[in-house]
Amino acid sequence: MKILFPFVAVMTLIIVVVAGVQFANLQFLFGVIIPYAALVTFTAGIIYRVIKWAGSPVPFCIPTTCGQQKSMPWIKQSKLENPSSSLWVIGRMALEVFFFRSLFRNIKTEMREGPKVVYGSDKWLWMSGLAFHWSFLIILLRHFRFFSVKVPYLIHVIESLDSFLQIGAPLFYMTDAVILAAVTYLFIRRIALPQIKYISLAADYFPLLLILGIACTGVMMRYFTKVDVVGVKQLAMGLMTFNPVIPNGIGVLLYIHLFLISVLFAYFPFSKLVHMAGVFLSPTRNMANNSRMVRHINPWNYPVHVHTYEEYENDFREKMKMVEIPVDKE
Amino acid sequence: MAKFTTKPNELSKINLIPPQTEWMDTPVEIKEHMFCHPAKIKDLETVGFPNAREWKPTEEDWKLPDNWERTILEGMQSLLKKYRSFSLFMDICVRCGACADKCHFFIGSGDPKNMPVLRAELMRSVYRGNFTLAGKILKKISGARDLTVNVLKEWWYYFYQCTECRRCSVFCPYGIDQAEITMMGRELLNLLGLNIGWIAGPVAACYMKGNHLGLEPHTIKSSIDLFVDDIETITGIKITPSFNRKGAEILFVTPSGDLFANPGTYTAMGYLMLFHELGLDYTWSTYASEGGNFGFFTTNEMAKRLNSKIYAEAKRLGVKWILGGECGHMWRVLSQYMDTWNGPADFLEVPVSPITGTKFENTRATKMVHISEFTADLIKNGKLKLDKSRNDHLKVTFHDSCNTSRGMGLLEEPRYVLKNVCNHFYEMPENTIREKTFCCGSGTGLNASENMELRMRGGFPRANAVKHVHDKHGVNMLANICAIDRATLSASMDYWVPGVAVAGTTELVANALVMKGEIERTLDIRLEPLPGKEASEEVN
Amino acid sequence: MSLKDLLLEKRAAILKRWLDAIYQTYPAETSIFLQKQKDQFANPVGYTLAQGTEAILDGLLSGADTESATPFIDSIMRIRAVQEGAPSRALVFIFLLKGIIRELLGQSLLERHLAEEMALLESAIDALALRAFDSFVKYREKIYDLKANETKNMTYRLLQQARLLVEIPGEYQDDEENTSDKSKPKEVAK
Repeated sequence: MKILFPFVAVMTLIIVVVAGVQFANLQFLFGVIIPYAALVTFTAGIIYRVIKWAGSPVPFCIPTTCGQQKSMPWIKQSKLENPSSSLWVIGRMALEVFFFRSLFRNIKTEMREGPKVVYGSDKWLWMSGLAFHWSFLIILLRHFRFFSVKVPYLIHVIESLDSFLQIGAPLFYMTDAVILAAVTYLFIRRIALPQIKYISLAADYFPLLLILGIACTGVMMRYFTKVDVVGVKQLAMGLMTFNPVIPNGIGVLLYIHLFLISVLFAYFPFSKLVHMAGVFLSPTRNMANNSRMVRHINPWNYPVHVHTYEEYENDFREKMKMVEIPVDKE
Repeated sequence: MAKFTTKPNELSKINLIPPQTEWMDTPVEIKEHMFCHPAKIKDLETVGFPNAREWKPTEEDWKLPDNWERTILEGMQSLLKKYRSFSLFMDICVRCGACADKCHFFIGSGDPKNMPVLRAELMRSVYRGNFTLAGKILKKISGARDLTVNVLKEWWYYFYQCTECRRCSVFCPYGIDQAEITMMGRELLNLLGLNIGWIAGPVAACYMKGNHLGLEPHTIKSSIDLFVDDIETITGIKITPSFNRKGAEILFVTPSGDLFANPGTYTAMGYLMLFHELGLDYTWSTYASEGGNFGFFTTNEMAKRLNSKIYAEAKRLGVKWILGGECGHMWRVLSQYMDTWNGPADFLEVPVSPITGTKFENTRATKMVHISEFTADLIKNGKLKLDKSRNDHLKVTFHDSCNTSRGMGLLEEPRYVLKNVCNHFYEMPENTIREKTFCCGSGTGLNASENMELRMRGGFPRANAVKHVHDKHGVNMLANICAIDRATLSASMDYWVPGVAVAGTTELVANALVMKGEIERTLDIRLEPLPGKEASEEVN
Repeated sequence: MSLKDLLLEKRAAILKRWLDAIYQTYPAETSIFLQKQKDQFANPVGYTLAQGTEAILDGLLSGADTESATPFIDSIMRIRAVQEGAPSRALVFIFLLKGIIRELLGQSLLERHLAEEMALLESAIDALALRAFDSFVKYREKIYDLKANETKNMTYRLLQQARLLVEIPGEYQDDEENTSDKSKPKEVAK
C-alpha cells in the first residue's frame, strides 16, 4: 500500500497528461498554465513555510556540540564541530549543506569483525545522497540554457565538465546516469532494508518515483527520441518572457516531463522535501555554542513561581540554628 | 500453544516470531520492568502539576481527564508556536534512517519503536493528522493518524524510554534532536498528570527542600560532617567547611546525590579535600543544594523554577562567582538554559581562579565554572602536588556524559585531569566516546529500580565498550563526571562487566592529592587499603 | 564418515542457520541490523550472538566439556535475561540447534546409521540447555540483586547517620562479581 499508492499516483499523472495532450489538445494547460501555477505554488509555499518556522522563536541556545568547547586557551577548540562564533557556524553549515557532514559520520568504524572489511549500508546512504543532490542541482542548472537567449558562461562550464567523457551524440552527461543510479538505489534501499522499509511512508516513495519519472523522460528525450530542441527553447523562452507560445511538434514526452516537474515543484512545500529550506533553520546546527559567554534571550520568558529562600528559612529555621547554619532572621 | 508432538524445527514458531505489522497497526504493549511507577499525587500537587491521580500503566483505564485530546492538541499548538526546533523537526525528517541504529535503547533492546526516527514519528503522525492539510486529507497515506488513547499510551511508554542523550542528533543530516521531541512529549504528558514517581518525587523534594533527595539543612551538614570524619581518618587533616556563609568568594553547587549515594559520596569527599588544600574561600548552600534539575525532565517551566535557586542564592550570599560539581544534565541546563531563564547574572563577576589568576572568559555570561575546567587549570599551572602512584592499582577509562559532550563540549578537560592523576589511562573505542558517547541508559530520571531491565538494555552498548578495554587492558575503573552515571553505571558494570568499579573524576584527584600536613596515606578515599602503601601492621 | 566429520563439513551451514533462527526471534527490522552491522561496538548484541554461537558450536563439535562453553552461554544469556522475561523465549535458541542439525544432515543420518551418535550429541545439547537455564536464573537473580544493592548504595550514608550500621570484622563478601561493594561493612539493623 505504502509503495503501491505512490506508484499508481505517478502513473495516473502520466496518463492524465498523455490523455490531455493527445486527445483533448490541452497543450496550453500543460505547457503554460500548470508550469506557472506550479512555480507560484512552489515560491509561495516555501516562503509560507519559512515564515511559519521563523515565526516560532528559538527560545534556547541548543546547538548539538560535536567537539571540544572553547574553554581555556591551551585546550584546542574544535571550531567546526563546536563553533563559538558566527564565522565557524557558517563553516559548519557549509560542511553540512554541501557535503552532508553528519551523514558522513556514519561511515567511521574502526573495528571490524575478522580481517575482511565489510561496507555498511551507511556509507552508501551518504554517497548516494550526495550523488543524488549534486547531480540534481547540476541538471537543474544545465536546464537554464533553455531559459536564456545567450547561454551564460557558467552554464557552458557546467555542461562541458558534465560531458567531459565526450561520448555519443548528443554528448553524454554523467549526471544523467548518476541521478538515475542514485534515485534507484535510494528507492531500492527503502524496499530492501526491513529497518528502512518499516519507517518509510508513502510520502517517502512518491517523490522518489516522481523524480525517477522526470529523469527517465528527460534521458529519453535527449538520447533516444531526440526532442526538437528548438521547439523546447521556444516554449521555455515564451514562459520566461511571459509571452507563452506552444510550438508544434515537441512531443508528448516533453509534456510528461514538464508536468511531473510541475507536480514536484507544487508538492515541494507541502512535503518532507522542504528539508531543503529547513536545514538552514535547524537550531542544533546553525547556532554558536556561546551561551555561557553571551546571554541568549527567550522572547517568551515569563516570571514563574519559585520557592524563595525566605520561605525555605521559615520552614527550617530552628533546624538550621540547631546546627549553627547562619539564618537571615533570628 | 506447543503440542506434545511439536517438531524440533517448529520450536521457534511457538512464541517467537514477532508480529509483522506496520508500526502504526502494532498497538503498544506496556511491559513490566520497562517502565517506571506513576508519580505520587502529593508530589505533583506540591509543585502544582495538573491532573494528579491514582492510575496504573498496566490497567486499561488510565483515568484520563475529560477532553484530554483537546488538552494535548492545544498544548501541541502552543509548543509549535514557542519552539522553532519542534515546529521544524515535525516537518523536515526525510526518514533516511541514519539515526535508526544510533540509540542505545534500540541497540540494546531491538525494539523498533526505539529507533529515534520512529520515536519521533509517534508524535509526527499526530502532528500530521491535526496540523497539516495533507495529513487531514490523505490521512494514513501521508503518515497521519488520530490521537487515541492507544497513541497516548505509546507516547508515555516510549518518551519514558528516551534519555534525551542527543546521540541521534549527531548523526542526523538536519540535526533533528530526539531530545527536543521527547521534551515536548513529556511536557504534553505532564498536562494529563502522566509523570513518573522517580521524576516527580525529586522535583517536589527539590522545590520544597532545595535538593532531589529532600535532605533538610541539618541533614546536609551532618552528612558532610561524616565525610569530614572519614577524611580525617584518611589524611589526618580536619576540614571545616562552611554553609550558607555570606561574603564567601565562591558558591559551590553540586548534585545532591553525591551527598548520600555511593560511590558519589567519595567524589564529594574529593571536593572537600581539594578545596581545603587550596584554601578556597567558598561555601556550600543548603538552599541551592542541588546542581541537577529533574524539573528539566518534566516541563520547561518546572526546570526554570528549580534552577532559579542557584542565582538567587549566589545573590543573597554575595559571592563573586559559582563553581559547579560533576554532573551531566546539570551542565546542559547550566550551559544552555540557566542564563536565559534566570539571568542576567550581572550581580556576579566573571570567574577568576583565586589560585592561578586565570579568568574563565568562556563563562563570562553564566559566571559558573565546571570543576573539571577549574581543576585542569590548577594542574596546568602546577598548583597541585600529585602523587599519581596512589592510583596505580587502577586502570582507568573515561565515560563521557551525554550532556557534557553533546550539549556543552567538555571533552578534554576531564581527560587532562585524569591523565595527570593516574598512570594508567585507556580510551574506549572511538565510536563510543566523546560526541559519540553511549548513554549510561538511565538518564532523564529513568534511574529507578522497577525498570532495571530497561536500564540494563540501554546500558549494554556502553558496558560493551567498557568490557572491551577491561578485557584488553585490564581496565578496572570507569571514571566519569556525572552523579547519575556514578549511581547507575555501578549497576550496569555489576551486571555486564563485573570487576569494573565506578568513580567520579574528583575522587581520583583527591586520591592523588598530596595535602599539606597529611599523615602518610594508607587508605584511599573509600577507606580501603591503598595497594603498595599499606601500613606496616596487617590491615584486616 | 563419523557424525563429527559430517558436522565439521556442514559447520558453516549449521552456524548460519542457527544464527538466522536466533535473529528471527527479533522483529524483522531489528534482525537485519543485528546481522548487517558488523561493528562490535555499534552492534554489541549481534556481535555477542555471532561470537557466542560460533564458540558454542565449535565446543560441541570438538567434544569439549560443557563448562568450556560457560562464558559464551553466559554472555548470551546476560543479554537474553534482560530482553526476554520468559525463560522459554530466552532459552529456545539452544534447542533450535537440534532441529537444524537434523534437517541439514537429514538422509545421511539414516544412511550412515548415526542415530546413536546423534542421540549423544543431542544429550550434549541438552546439557548446554541446562547450563543456559542456570545462567538465565543467575542473571535474573542478579537483576534483583542490583535493585537491592542500589537502594543500599543510595541509603548507605543515611543508615550510617542513623547509626544502623555496624562493622562485622573479618566478614567480607567473597563473591568475585561484587567488587563494587566489597569492602563495605555489613548493615545490621539494631
